[in-house]
Amino acid sequence: MKVVVCVKRVPDTEARIRIASDGTSIDPSGVKFVMNPYDEFAVEAALKHREAAGGGEVGVLSVGGPESAEVLRTALAMGADEAVLLKAAEQAQGLAVARAIAAELRQREYDLALFGMKAIDDDLQSVGPMVAELLDLPAATAITEFGLEGGTVTAQRAIEGGVEVVELTTPCILTITKGAYEPRYASLKGIMAAKKKPLAEKDAELGGAGIREIALEYPPERQPGRIVGEGPDAVPELVRLLREEAKAL
Amino acid sequence: MSGILAFAEVREGEVRRSSYEVVTAARELADQLGEEVHAVVLGGPGTGEAARELGRYGADRIFVGESEELGVYNASRFRSVVVELVRAQGCRVLVFPASAMGKDLAPRVAARLGVGYAAECTGLGVEDGQVVATRPKYAGKLFARVGFEGEPAVLSIRANIFTPREAERSPGLEALDVSTASGDLGAIVREVRAAAGRKLDVTEAPIVVSGGRGLRDPENFKLLEELAEALGAAVGASRAVVDAGWRPHAEQVGQTGKTVAPQLYFAIGISGAIQHLAGMRTSRYIVAINKDPDAPIFKVADYGIVGDLFEIVPRLTEEVRKLRG
Repeated sequence: MKVVVCVKRVPDTEARIRIASDGTSIDPSGVKFVMNPYDEFAVEAALKHREAAGGGEVGVLSVGGPESAEVLRTALAMGADEAVLLKAAEQAQGLAVARAIAAELRQREYDLALFGMKAIDDDLQSVGPMVAELLDLPAATAITEFGLEGGTVTAQRAIEGGVEVVELTTPCILTITKGAYEPRYASLKGIMAAKKKPLAEKDAELGGAGIREIALEYPPERQPGRIVGEGPDAVPELVRLLREEAKAL
Repeated sequence: MSGILAFAEVREGEVRRSSYEVVTAARELADQLGEEVHAVVLGGPGTGEAARELGRYGADRIFVGESEELGVYNASRFRSVVVELVRAQGCRVLVFPASAMGKDLAPRVAARLGVGYAAECTGLGVEDGQVVATRPKYAGKLFARVGFEGEPAVLSIRANIFTPREAERSPGLEALDVSTASGDLGAIVREVRAAAGRKLDVTEAPIVVSGGRGLRDPENFKLLEELAEALGAAVGASRAVVDAGWRPHAEQVGQTGKTVAPQLYFAIGISGAIQHLAGMRTSRYIVAINKDPDAPIFKVADYGIVGDLFEIVPRLTEEVRKLRG
């Protein structure tokens, strides 16, 4: 069984994000960078399924600058076998990233190509399905859990108010969201072993993203609010305010 | 290329609320660009009739793909029909809802057309004859103003942002030939399982009642469920209680969960971690209930009550029930 997982280096969720002086990028100083949390689910899914299959290969890819090698090493430490860094400008996103990944996947054989459902920096939620279109592969998004048997994937897809059960044949693409695949921590042994695993670098074949970020802005500041009171006796006043002032009830 | 194409989502024979929002957003752009709004609706038998009312929100033409096979979402089929329509009719902007279906379908259509895609737009405008979208990044910690290279501009709009507005038109229904939506069917939906009870999704509800670790025990969420029922609200949850297994991930609000923008958001027993705030800070009104007066949540709340939620919430439920009669 061969699985390829695509991962991305992103700012940690607790990071305060500041706009850089150029107005179109973020100021990375003081920001902690990690593997995109949704990609961690995807790596875990690959490792779990490899274990269930009793063997196989798990490769990881990342499109990014040289620092993206860090998250590739993390995936190797978790248990992936080999990694490839597709070198690109930090801000590459969307269709450009999809094209770079599709170009790499065309040179590989795999049963599954897994992606995190979205990257928590750009929130575009598009690379997985875009790669599927570029490669003409079946794909399903927002998968919480899946099974693989004899070339057929049965996956649970999170939709509003429930779950869709979806079937696909391999090779196929899945984008993974939170569900069955709580990511394992890399052990010290894994971290040491990762140093010896292959990590190749290539230039990414990007093409344009199709969308262009003109400017970044901070969200509008919320007006300061107020504490209405203490304890349950403050409730009638709260309800009155919500009704008469906010007109929200 | 002409027309603003609005993808209207139908599920189980019902036009979803997001469809009115999409047509309204398309109508606003169309008026600024001097274009028509064309709605496209795909679904099972009866879809066309259900879609007629899209004319009320400004659709000049309604294209209907109606067949047994289209009764259930199939990414490949839906993508083929939409792409074929765009290639046949031309289209300047293609607007999808940022629902589970929309977010699955929109990037596929964009990639197939060789153009980019802007997800979950919260604002749309026209500058120098070009469409400019505003969309959140870093779960809303920042916003980006985005331009589009090539046509059509493909985008999805976040729920609850574009209030549906009546703009009466009288379009007829134009049937699409969907027999050609063949080829490899890709991912096939075998079954749709509804979550227990008819729950309102946090991203769609006008009011959300959200709970965190302050609830102390999963059983205590019953208090919030009762308040939610009295309010007609959806129940949300912080990452901590979802990680602890108390609530399903579908309810999680925050950077690794859902981003919501309801009219009214109650944060109960939630301290207000940065990643949680990212998921709810664009709510119209925020109410915080917490026993810690220094909890960061009070900094974003419009109204707050400090105290024991186990006394406050039942009282609130009682007052809301009195109000609602």
